Amino acid sequence: MLKQIEGSRAVAEAVALCRPEVICAYPISPQTHIVEGLGELVKSGSLSPCEFINVESEFAAMSVAIGASATGARTYTATASQGLLYMAEAVYNASGLGLPIVMTVANRAIGAPINIWNDHSDSMSQRDCGWIQLFAESNQEALDLHIQAFKLAEELSMPVMVCMDGFILTHAVERVDVPAQTEVDAFLPPYEPRQALDPDEPVSIGAMVGPEAFMEVRYLAHAKQLSALEHIPRIADEFTSRFGRTSGGLVRGYRIDDAQTIVVALGSVLGTLKDTIDEMRETGVKIGVLGIQSFRPFPLAAVREALQRAWRVVVLEKSFSVGLGGVLSTDVRVALSGLHLAGYTVIAGLGGRAITKASLTRTLLEAIDGTLAPLSFMDLDWRIVKRQLEREAQSRRSGPIAENLLRDVGSVAAKVA
Amino acid sequence: MLQIRIHGRGGQGVVTAAEMLSIAAFEQGRHAQAFPSFGSERTGAPVVAFCRIDEREIRLREPIIAPDVLIVQDPTLLHQVDVFQGLQPAGYVLINSKRSFHDLGLAEIEQRHQADRLVTVPATEIALEHLGRPLPNAVLLGGFAALSGLVTLDAVAHSIRQTFSGKVAEANIAAAREAYEFVTRQMREIADAQAD
Repeated sequence: MLKQIEGSRAVAEAVALCRPEVICAYPISPQTHIVEGLGELVKSGSLSPCEFINVESEFAAMSVAIGASATGARTYTATASQGLLYMAEAVYNASGLGLPIVMTVANRAIGAPINIWNDHSDSMSQRDCGWIQLFAESNQEALDLHIQAFKLAEELSMPVMVCMDGFILTHAVERVDVPAQTEVDAFLPPYEPRQALDPDEPVSIGAMVGPEAFMEVRYLAHAKQLSALEHIPRIADEFTSRFGRTSGGLVRGYRIDDAQTIVVALGSVLGTLKDTIDEMRETGVKIGVLGIQSFRPFPLAAVREALQRAWRVVVLEKSFSVGLGGVLSTDVRVALSGLHLAGYTVIAGLGGRAITKASLTRTLLEAIDGTLAPLSFMDLDWRIVKRQLEREAQSRRSGPIAENLLRDVGSVAAKVA
Repeated sequence: MLQIRIHGRGGQGVVTAAEMLSIAAFEQGRHAQAFPSFGSERTGAPVVAFCRIDEREIRLREPIIAPDVLIVQDPTLLHQVDVFQGLQPAGYVLINSKRSFHDLGLAEIEQRHQADRLVTVPATEIALEHLGRPLPNAVLLGGFAALSGLVTLDAVAHSIRQTFSGKVAEANIAAAREAYEFVTRQMREIADAQAD
């Protein structure tokens, strides 16, 4: 059924269609509307049987999710930013224990400075936690990925994070096709756990493992993620045949067949990139974009296959490894080992900085001209950066950086975008 | 693609207005995307929300930099924020005010844009009359339907019913209809003046 609803609402409805038995979450912007929506659906009885557990923190949210999932209940939670950091220890435990929890991460920057806006720093901070990480390009894909995520998680006994851009998607009202309950039921069978805590048949889950078997347990997690490289496209194909639209999968190319320049990106910026690329194509530039839907497992072979015929690759990412540069681009580079391609890393959109077609076009033309630096920061305000560096050179007591820069930029209220 | 930017203050329902507009467009079979400017909203602080309407899927996610339509819910913003930033030469402007463009000191805007697409409507007064509260957002959508013809008054009424319920919905619809009629009259006067 076509609906014009907020992205958060679309995700709440999709999760409800998956019949979770336990939902535990702690509110944090920009995830709040998702769990509020689910809370309403549980309260009204339209999502039943389901227990909505109010918890006192994100650490508790993931801990309750672990406990619920270990009893064999289909379990869901959602978080963002500092909330994800706060639950980090339990996030590793969920994957280490092989519990198929599905969690939405409404991607948001990490402080300090405190910032509620979108970038990918939060989920990237948990890159190595052993969870599968899927990225949504649109609200339709966010909705669809949640339905696929439960199936994937339960087939593999492995938790899945569905990452969607905070505010840009969570707070955007747009058209989504919400499937019927019967359709989702036909796609997603009831959860049959590999392990379950049951008082009638007592087992223990979560043994301490020493040097004798720890590496093997970790290797098995890796082997499972590698097998997800086959499960993910199969589930996406099955989804397409049942629901009639393409969502998920490992990677998706757009106008890449004859492209000399290919931009690689994650999440909702792919839409803006496609519009930019259409305009550049009209002026004769052979350019395309490769969207990565599965960030973990990282589809090395699919990325290499998509990029190997290009002349240059520009990785545009909303994440940043301080002291190195790109996060996504490091992975892309591994996929391209041995190939002689010009490679560029463009850090963009950190902390909600708008990514515009105009800036993308300018940056991509610089890459094509060969004038772009290997690592660049799109639309960085060098004026205030230099002013702060001068301040620090002039005075030991140069003061707090964030406050200084805010004074330099002046009132932001007067700016439209 | 039609791009609409709505300016107002926290508490005036700016974000809701953009969402209702997108629902009205959806109701008419179009693709629409509404989104807020993602600030930490505080009552009274300047707020911006955006709405795009198109016949095909909307992929673009940048803020609206060059709007085709500008709706200003609070005229005191005119002295605080450059609301006209990027406005298309043939753009539509709807301002919530009892005063005319000329009286608002916007003669320069009148010169640069098409006079028959610049309208003011006393939305706060109309809202007070129908709702008993100074909430101009749904009222202005009625005015926008009359000004642009890009959404129908019926579709606006539908979106109001989707957003509010019962008496509140009906009062907002009545207010939107009054604004629709007010703007229709105003535009006829502008057209007559141009013909003279």
